[in-house]
Amino acid sequence: MATQHSRSAARLMMAPAVVLLLGWMLVPLTMTLYFSFKKYLPLRGGDLGWVGFENYVRFVTSSAFWPSIQTTLVLVGGVLIITTVLGILLALLLDQPMWGQGPVRILVIAPFFVMPTVSALVWKNFFMDANYGLFSYLWEFFGAEPIQWLSQASMPSLVLIVSWQWLPFATLILLTAIQSLDSEQLEAAEMDGAPALKRFWFIILPHLSRAISVVILIQTIFLLGIFAEIFVTTGGAFGTKTLTYLIYQRVLESQNIGLGSAGGVYAIILANIVAIFLMRIVGKNLDN
Amino acid sequence: MARAVTTQRKAINTALAWAIGLLIFFPILWTILTSFKTEATAIADPPVFFFFDWTLENYGVVMERSNYGKFLWNSIAIAGGSTLLGVIIAVPAAWSMAFVPGRRTKDILLWMLSTKMLPAVGVLYPIYLLFIKLGILDSKIGLIIVLMLINLPIIVWMLYTYFREIPGEILEAARMDGAGLKEEIIHVLTPMALPGIASTVLLNLILAWNEAFWTLNLTAAEAAPLTAFIASYSSPEGLFFAKLSAASTMAIAPILILGWFSQKQLVRGLTFGAVK
Amino acid sequence: MYLKNALRAATALTLVTTAVHAETLTIATVNNGDMIRMQGLTDDFTEKTGHDVEWVTLEENVLRQRVTTDITTKGGAFDVMTIGMYETPIWGANGWLVPLDDLSEEYDVDDILPAMAGGLSHDGTLYAAPFYGESSMIMYRTDLMEEAGLEMPEGSPTWSFIREAAAAMTDRDADINGICLRGKAGWGEGGALITAMSNSFGARWFDENWQPQFDTDAWNETLTFFTEMMNESGPAGYATNGFNENLSLFQQGKCGMWIDATVAASFVTNPDDSTVADSVGFALAPHKEGIDKNGNWLWAWALGIPAGTQKEEAAKAFVEWATSKDYIELVAENEGWANVPPGARTSLYENENYKDVPFAQMTLDSILSADPNNPTVDPVPYVGVQFAAIPEFAGIATDVSQEFSAVYAGQQSVEEALEKAQALTTDAMEAAGY
Repeated sequence: MATQHSRSAARLMMAPAVVLLLGWMLVPLTMTLYFSFKKYLPLRGGDLGWVGFENYVRFVTSSAFWPSIQTTLVLVGGVLIITTVLGILLALLLDQPMWGQGPVRILVIAPFFVMPTVSALVWKNFFMDANYGLFSYLWEFFGAEPIQWLSQASMPSLVLIVSWQWLPFATLILLTAIQSLDSEQLEAAEMDGAPALKRFWFIILPHLSRAISVVILIQTIFLLGIFAEIFVTTGGAFGTKTLTYLIYQRVLESQNIGLGSAGGVYAIILANIVAIFLMRIVGKNLDN
Repeated sequence: MARAVTTQRKAINTALAWAIGLLIFFPILWTILTSFKTEATAIADPPVFFFFDWTLENYGVVMERSNYGKFLWNSIAIAGGSTLLGVIIAVPAAWSMAFVPGRRTKDILLWMLSTKMLPAVGVLYPIYLLFIKLGILDSKIGLIIVLMLINLPIIVWMLYTYFREIPGEILEAARMDGAGLKEEIIHVLTPMALPGIASTVLLNLILAWNEAFWTLNLTAAEAAPLTAFIASYSSPEGLFFAKLSAASTMAIAPILILGWFSQKQLVRGLTFGAVK
Repeated sequence: MYLKNALRAATALTLVTTAVHAETLTIATVNNGDMIRMQGLTDDFTEKTGHDVEWVTLEENVLRQRVTTDITTKGGAFDVMTIGMYETPIWGANGWLVPLDDLSEEYDVDDILPAMAGGLSHDGTLYAAPFYGESSMIMYRTDLMEEAGLEMPEGSPTWSFIREAAAAMTDRDADINGICLRGKAGWGEGGALITAMSNSFGARWFDENWQPQFDTDAWNETLTFFTEMMNESGPAGYATNGFNENLSLFQQGKCGMWIDATVAASFVTNPDDSTVADSVGFALAPHKEGIDKNGNWLWAWALGIPAGTQKEEAAKAFVEWATSKDYIELVAENEGWANVPPGARTSLYENENYKDVPFAQMTLDSILSADPNNPTVDPVPYVGVQFAAIPEFAGIATDVSQEFSAVYAGQQSVEEALEKAQALTTDAMEAAGY
């Protein structure tokens, strides 16, 4: 029923958003590409000429590169698994009848409102600090040797902090999805004597697949860019250097814009690989 | 008898949910509690929970040291401005994608999301130069534009999913009555999509409020929001747990309160099209 | 070309934002105690000069990243920047800072301690005025030392004495660690300590041809000694302890000795914050037997003015005010002599009132014993004690100190860390074109 008229109107209406985002993509991308082929050291006078693919080679051959890819994948993967699994369980629980459902929901979603810097500071100082952290007291209370969280268990600590921040988001989306589930279908299954686990596996989980896809897609986009949490807690030490953090070090700490830009290009490539991968796995669920 | 819930089961649910809820909320609660302690009490061994001499001293110190009002206002202006601008640009785009879908609509949506994958740290230098040239370094308008662009894909996608759920017949009926495109959007579509728009706005306020890279790196004194405010309280010399708690509480309180009041809206609206 | 055109177009669009309040200065500073005190006293400056001040107070790492971005892009977001002894000569050499060669008569620029003035100059021109200066020294608990039956020697003790004393003072049941030292990654944190310490073991960062020296015995010995001593007598989790963590440990009575910035002396002897205020002794930083370099560093937090600022006069007025003798008097009046910014001016150490401050003399002696132009046993091509004043150093040293911190956390051996340090330093120096 779409007429030619409404089609061109539609294009016109889409134009501002598309043009703006195209600009927001192209300008930085062009500049990143441009700098990535340059020897560009601001503290040594800036532009020192073209160097071809030298920055790309140097970035990828540095001993920090592959570990950073691994760290990135562990962080993203770990947080995705934890938030999705716990999110489903939590959403199932919150969907049950109970007293004070509203207040409980508020408690559960609260971490989502906390800015990353603050949540990293809170976890680092009040919980994971070796001397004054609550975890130390807790461990000592039970007679255990306190763990040096941010040095000896750095990745689990980081995954814990980031999961805490994103669990509410996953729970919210999954909860909305569960609430839309046709309760008659469930009741019928219950009448038929299907055990709870079976009902979950054959009715609830398939119903949630779309919501799970959304959770994974949106979170991956944000998790690939995690920065403040690492900056505040470990500063990239103890194997917590993600690709994003490595680029930060090259650009801002080493003041090597060319090398950092080459790293940026790799990050875009990695993001696209992950995106294609995601589309393959979860993209199907997003189609109608 | 199906789904009849016994009181016992309800009690178990309640206890379990509250226990988990409090556990998840605990770090925030602890921060708020610590903000009312003295520095010595804040690191007391063993830790004290409620029974200490409550003091407002830390808030006094923070208020004296920083111009909290200015940071707060900047945060409100930047988060609010970027969300408003984003919605204004996204509504028409989402409308046309939802009601006049082309072959490439889905691709365009995914492409929009992919623009979020460019690592911010890698482009700080070029963007900083650009901001200098444009004369918008350390200005609210500059940050409003950047945060709008960062969140625009999310806004478009969310609105698209809400619009798509609106039955086309209603629009046709409106068109029959002689409504133009403008009227259609303003009088028919928007009211129907209002709950969706509201949760979109909420989510983006949260994301913009908490964005900590650009807001910190593109500002100095004039446009610095609460993310910069908190950067002056992390690890100074000496004991700082209580003061850090007070500053943290002040930084997250406004958005936390907003979130609490609107949690129903968020719970209902945050679907990203995940619900058919 | 596209880029240039885009930029040109963008420039054409720019509304020229004229300076609205010509005399409101934007000052970037670090959130250290002395700077926060300065903020509280800003009214005095406004009263005297009529200029207003807007503060941008940031945590050290954020501050560095912020001001470096701004100076390299000539962003002009700040009129005065708080920078250190590392940045100043590099930026000065690039012409990014306003030379401070025409300061007023009463400012008395010659009164600045020569070691500080030297470290903040390039080619003999001062580019930033020191707000406070520091070296590092030993702060120790006199009561615990006595209990252990030991006595701190006059002058600089040897590292083996320190290790022995640390072991003797350690009492794990009472939660007392013989020695607290920085292990936290970051070139200005653990990196500064281990580099200064390595000097006193006869190690160096680079030889005269800029070849990294981590493959030498001297480095191996430094790192091995440090790790062994800390594992014997250091606090749990020292791999993440920086200045601030150690400060609160010492103030809570959990450290027997602490080798760190001389400015900490006023915090650990302040009875309001410190539980051990009346039993703190001071000594020069240690050295290894047979090495005539002590393991102490030299640093200053200073105020510099970015070249190209529209408010140069007002900015200079501020720099003069904040680093003047009058400012010291002002702080002394308000907060007492122990809290004045130390280590910047000779006259402070000649002041009768200041001589009563217990750590004054040791601070001065420590500062005077550090020599940035000649920091190591073997000759080096760089200037700086706990750093090398070249643009690449911050990035390299952060990476290197991360490898070292992994050793402290027990995640790799000393040999592995040094091997990695050697490789990554070589690589980075190559990238920079050495």
